[in-house]
Amino acid sequence: MSEARTYGYYPGCSGMGTSMEYERSTRAVCEALGIKLVELEDWSCCGSTPAHTVDHVLSAALSGRNLSIAESMGLDTVITPCPSCLTNLKTATHRMENPEFRSKVDKLLDKPAPGGVAVKSVLQVIFEDVGPDAIREKVVRPLDGLALAPYYGCLMNRPPEVMQFDDPENPTSMDEILKALGADVVPYGLKVECCGASHGIAQKDVVTTLSGRLLDLAYAEKAVAMVTACPLCQMNLDLRQGQINSANKTNYKMPIFYYTQLLGIALGLPEKELGFDKLAVNPAPVLKAIQEPSHAAS
Amino acid sequence: MEVINITKSYDPDFVAEVEAESEQNVRLCYQCGNCTAGCPYTFAYDIPVSQIMRLVQAGQKEKVLSCRSIWICATCESCTTRCPNDIDVARLMDVLRHMARRYNYNAVPTVRTFVDSFLNSVEKHGRVFEMGLMAAYMTKTGRFWTDTDLSPKVLPKGKLSFKPHRIQGRDEVAKIFERYKEQQR
Ligand code: SF4
Ligand code: SF4
Repeated sequence: MSEARTYGYYPGCSGMGTSMEYERSTRAVCEALGIKLVELEDWSCCGSTPAHTVDHVLSAALSGRNLSIAESMGLDTVITPCPSCLTNLKTATHRMENPEFRSKVDKLLDKPAPGGVAVKSVLQVIFEDVGPDAIREKVVRPLDGLALAPYYGCLMNRPPEVMQFDDPENPTSMDEILKALGADVVPYGLKVECCGASHGIAQKDVVTTLSGRLLDLAYAEKAVAMVTACPLCQMNLDLRQGQINSANKTNYKMPIFYYTQLLGIALGLPEKELGFDKLAVNPAPVLKAIQEPSHAAS
Repeated sequence: MEVINITKSYDPDFVAEVEAESEQNVRLCYQCGNCTAGCPYTFAYDIPVSQIMRLVQAGQKEKVLSCRSIWICATCESCTTRCPNDIDVARLMDVLRHMARRYNYNAVPTVRTFVDSFLNSVEKHGRVFEMGLMAAYMTKTGRFWTDTDLSPKVLPKGKLSFKPHRIQGRDEVAKIFERYKEQQR
């Protein structure tokens, strides 16, 4: 691929705070892969996980404002790194195919939400428009011998009627990308199992149980790190790993990377741009293994 | 097993309301239990999700709306993805939460307070202000942040801003909420 592809870009609120390393590495990687991101001007919160639990029309209207911005900027596709934003934007689009629902949404908005704006994840665009083969050719620092557990989270691919990307039970797009980087992807049976979502604050035991299970399996499969595509999953597994350890009497020190961070390092981008210093569990031992591969790339 | 006398407590309006709002036909559920088998939250539920489906079919409004499960469901979409009858079970759980709010059931107040604090933050700033959200949540629940152990891990990373990211269109966002609230009256 030669010319840059242009997409509307929706970073999402957590990208401005708790997942800034995801946001940063996403931008760096997209640039390196020839994907041009045009940030939606003055975008607002999509409602995240709470809005739909209160009202579906309100939730769709919060997404609708952002889709309108994309349309007025002449962008036909919006992409986002965050599966929660992705779900909201896509579900709103899907439900607004019903005219009755759409008219209720429009009543909450200054101007009617557009119909023709497509929504995709950044992962989908990297996988489908660039692809593992093109990525393999660009790798300068292969992740040789690194055993990684790919964890997609519950929302990225489900429900299939709405998300329309990869397999809802056993997605493989991130596996394929990681393999193209030279990594060993371990068999990971809990790829789409929920991590406890936003219950970290109101119902913490739920998170220590569910995320604990995810870490247990990654350890059992001898992974040296887990790889996520979701800010909430990353936060539960990384920042709360200490809480999980005390609740479950484990002693894990498993780095939890965003796939974009590892993609960036393999493409030879400066580590500074990838935000490794923002991770809670120290990633240095694993990163060192990348710099000094145990066996030379042939 | 508890026996419910549905001739006394069957509420047909409740069934109709759930079906209309969720756009799902709850009669299609034949109790295969797939949704419960895949639900990662069953361990924390007072009523498993397939039993909630059954209770909805049986028009058991009080029992369904007062349960804890509907607040704990994380909309992980496992049930919806796996239902052999294509019932959007997660959407139904969402609708039950909406109804629980409407009819003043609040079985898990911490969850409701968290959701409300979050949306207030969006209404005010146009985007979520994470620090402000936590402060509001603590004040309202009277629980000092149960996550104080995390502060030394988060603060030095410079990830959490002490000031909201205000956007220019925050009035537009506030108006979405305003119109929504007017409609609820
Ligand atoms: S999976 Fe579907 S049919 Fe089976 S019990 Fe659940 S809702 Fe009913
Ligand atoms: S959406 Fe809710 S009810 Fe359905 S499987 Fe997930 S947590 Fe359980």
